[in-house]
Amino acid sequence: MSLRPFLDVILAGLVLGVAIFTITARDLFAAVVGYVAYGLLLAFVWIRLYAPDVALTEAAVGGGVTGVLLITAGKRLGAPNVAQEAQPGTVLKLLTVVLAALVASALGSVILMLPDPPPSLAPEAAAAADGAGAGLGNPITAVLMSYRSLDTMLEKVVLILAVIGVWSVGTDKAWGNAPAPLRQLKPYAPMTFLAQMLVPVGVLIGIHIFWTGANAPGGAFQGGALLAAMWMVTMMAQLAEPPRVGAQWLRLALIAGPAVFLVIGIAGEAMAGSFFAYPQSLAKPIILFIEAFMVLSIAAALPMLVAGPPSERPDP
Amino acid sequence: MITLLDLFSIAAIGVGTFFFVAGTVGLQRFPDSLTRLHALTKADNLGLGMVALGLIPRADSALSALKLIVIWALVMLSGASTSQLIGRALRRGRK
Repeated sequence: MSLRPFLDVILAGLVLGVAIFTITARDLFAAVVGYVAYGLLLAFVWIRLYAPDVALTEAAVGGGVTGVLLITAGKRLGAPNVAQEAQPGTVLKLLTVVLAALVASALGSVILMLPDPPPSLAPEAAAAADGAGAGLGNPITAVLMSYRSLDTMLEKVVLILAVIGVWSVGTDKAWGNAPAPLRQLKPYAPMTFLAQMLVPVGVLIGIHIFWTGANAPGGAFQGGALLAAMWMVTMMAQLAEPPRVGAQWLRLALIAGPAVFLVIGIAGEAMAGSFFAYPQSLAKPIILFIEAFMVLSIAAALPMLVAGPPSERPDP
Repeated sequence: MITLLDLFSIAAIGVGTFFFVAGTVGLQRFPDSLTRLHALTKADNLGLGMVALGLIPRADSALSALKLIVIWALVMLSGASTSQLIGRALRRGRK
């Protein structure tokens, strides 16, 4: 008798418990902490489902970047007093409960009614990826970059749109300026120490995760998110200032990934016969080339989301 | 057949687990945030260190053994730094 089913049940219970805590938490900060813990627990769930690639992304994005994003957003909101805010009426509350119950039961019934074995596009995708993404040992990366490459490209475009959205909240006068520093306080020695020690190691691990993603769990998004986190740490330790949003290099870094992806995708029409197709023999180097620029774009976009809109403080 | 290395692993991981349990008990029972931080760092540093030490003989290769040590070092670094940051936030809150 194996111990694993019990551990899985405990893990699932923990996820549900933390989810309920996050929803019911009255304090904004407590809710964010709950959400981060929820993300880390979900990463464990993905590992137990034998999906280490998803687990890495969930840990980096759900547990890390989103947490920082929510904490800074909460700070900017200035900790609203939940109790004093207008409470929704009974009808609205009931309606919310009914809607939530409907969605949950619909999802539950769909999962229970799945035929056995469930229909899956996975074998088809793996076969297709085997064609154009040949040479990649990690089927997930092959599917992401070859079978559904347009989706992957558009995901990065969404990131850029999000950055534009954040920037557009700034005032007209502030346009082109740098976002406000992440901390107004004086530099604090332990934070500086952490940034100086952690960032070189973190950058190395980020690049490793991107590079190893061709053959093992990892990839552009996970590696890029790690690099982004390292940039955020240096900005929080005030070893680096947020760049001006008008800076040419920043704009170029943001669009580099999707732009290179799109150009190579269009070139595929001429070289391999269809949009976003790669020539068989060159598939692996081309995919790594695109991914390198995607890492750059992700590492630039995520910290810009956290840094927020440009501030009116004139540049020194 | 249990070898000497297996015994070493069991002993080290057992000691590590003890420190995690002790740290968790401290987190639950200690009266204020600073002492709770103190309990937590023991679990992070010593507990995880013993678990990593116990796992090293079971690693596939020298590289994965090295990765275990790096993970321990990174957790110690971030744990020590964040404890300082939380401690300072507490001190400021009290004034």
